[in-house]
Amino acid sequence: MRRPPWKTVIAIILTAIMLFPVYWMINVSFTRRASIRKGDLVPRDFTVEHYAVVLRDQLPHLATSLLIGLGTVALTLLLAAPAAYGLSKLPFPGSRGLAFGLIVAQMVPAVVMSLGFYSIYTRLGILNTVPGLIVADSTIAVPFAVMLLTAFMTGIPREMVEAARIDGASHGRVFWSVVLPLSRNSLITVSLFAFLWSWSDFIFASTLNREGGSLRPITMGIYDYIGAQNQEWGPMMATAVVASIPAAVLLVVAQKYVAAGVTAGAVKD
Amino acid sequence: MGARSVRTGASAVEEEMTQLARPGLPVTRRRHSTTWAGIAFAAPLLAYLGLFYAYPLGENIAMSLQRFDRGTFVHGGAPFVGFDIYREVVGDAKFWRVVAQTGSFTLVSIICQYSIGLALAVFFHRGGFRLSTVLRGMFLVPWLLPVIVSGTVWQWMMNPDNGVLNSALGVFGAGPVWWLNSHNALMSVTIANIWLGVPFNLVILYSGLQNIPADLYAAASIDGAGAWQQFWRITMPLLRPVSIITVLLGLVYTLKVVDIIWIMTMGAGTSQTLATWSYGMAFGKGASTVIRYSQASAVGTILLVVALVFGLVYLALQRRGED
Repeated sequence: MRRPPWKTVIAIILTAIMLFPVYWMINVSFTRRASIRKGDLVPRDFTVEHYAVVLRDQLPHLATSLLIGLGTVALTLLLAAPAAYGLSKLPFPGSRGLAFGLIVAQMVPAVVMSLGFYSIYTRLGILNTVPGLIVADSTIAVPFAVMLLTAFMTGIPREMVEAARIDGASHGRVFWSVVLPLSRNSLITVSLFAFLWSWSDFIFASTLNREGGSLRPITMGIYDYIGAQNQEWGPMMATAVVASIPAAVLLVVAQKYVAAGVTAGAVKD
Repeated sequence: MGARSVRTGASAVEEEMTQLARPGLPVTRRRHSTTWAGIAFAAPLLAYLGLFYAYPLGENIAMSLQRFDRGTFVHGGAPFVGFDIYREVVGDAKFWRVVAQTGSFTLVSIICQYSIGLALAVFFHRGGFRLSTVLRGMFLVPWLLPVIVSGTVWQWMMNPDNGVLNSALGVFGAGPVWWLNSHNALMSVTIANIWLGVPFNLVILYSGLQNIPADLYAAASIDGAGAWQQFWRITMPLLRPVSIITVLLGLVYTLKVVDIIWIMTMGAGTSQTLATWSYGMAFGKGASTVIRYSQASAVGTILLVVALVFGLVYLALQRRGED
């Protein structure tokens, strides 16, 4: 097929426009404080000093975000994977209703959830704690995870489950040794998204973990700069760049896993 | 979905986003003996949904029916006041203004996200050019970035004195715009939100385009239909179900947006929506001096009802499409 180069040129221009804010963030993050307001198109007054500030000030927040992200992934998988197996292979009365409930759950505004959580957490005394935030963040990912895994597990041939059952395997064993390994790629996908969403979360962090000090996630590290008297754009943009790394990694890594995932289930049996 | 055997570039992430729009869970009828095992596997999820969805939701609604002050919030015993708080909130001088702003933010966002997303989807779908998959993947970046990152970058770009947007306007001889002042705030947060939402629309509409048989276009072009005619006679009608789903999901998502608005303007001036109003009353600056959790919960519940109405319309249409 003929490949018209002008289309590529247009596509590159459109992509450049779309990604300009991202470029601008990187540009500012490498520009010396005195020159940021000049708004040069490239960081002519180049510096990495803002990144030194990030290393000095933001490491606890980054570590907290990592911890909360991993915790959210673990909790999400623990809840979603067995439920998805139940929904896809062992339907029970009300499973349709449960599926419906999961869709509705995704429509609940986060502000409503955070108000409810805030009141409950105040009473329980778990405001400003990492486990509290993990639980709240997991509510973003769990319905999605159950739905995605159910859709995938439904595609696993019934014969495979039944063959294992005839061989005397319990449901738990079938789940652990047959279904989970086959679903590996979907599990990785779900994990990546659960991680990314909790890493990116602003609403729950800013409501349920406002006074957690260094045990607040990186989104709050950035938010602190906004509240400051004299907004420090350099360190702020450098922190933003660092906080964007998981998204960049996901864009590169997730492709590989899901690309394999969609076909793997069908090919392996 | 099965049509694409080779998945490269961004299709992985797209697959996820497409899943978001396709919530139908296939459930087949099975033997009776499996029932209890199924319930056992789903039990943790059921307990979780009860504890961490239903309970906070109920808590939110309960709060909107009681009048809380600082003392009763911590120690309990707030008096039950029925729908008084709702009456006060709806009777508030700014209520209808906020509703109108919410509507404007949502509608303009949706219309622009959909149009831009569709234009890009058609452009990439016609494809046949180098780097098309890679560049389409790059378009996902705004959707993947933490909103706090996007919000702060837009805030800086819209800085009246040093922002790059005003510098760009200056090149064309236009005067600076006070993007984030109380009058222009709604326009500015809408622009940023459109930017955030284009990837979602692009991906869903692109996957919709892939399900339109290519022979239709071939036949049409043999009959002499131009690209424009093909778009209106083939693409748009056949994309209708996907379009409706995209728009309705967008509505549900956009109605409840807090983060991008709050980060850019703290809901100042015209950028106040129901969601940021609720958030601000409970958690905003100075909110700790006057406790307004009850009012925040009432506004949140109103928002919840509106979101659910659109959500149920979406589900009804989705179901009709499946049958």
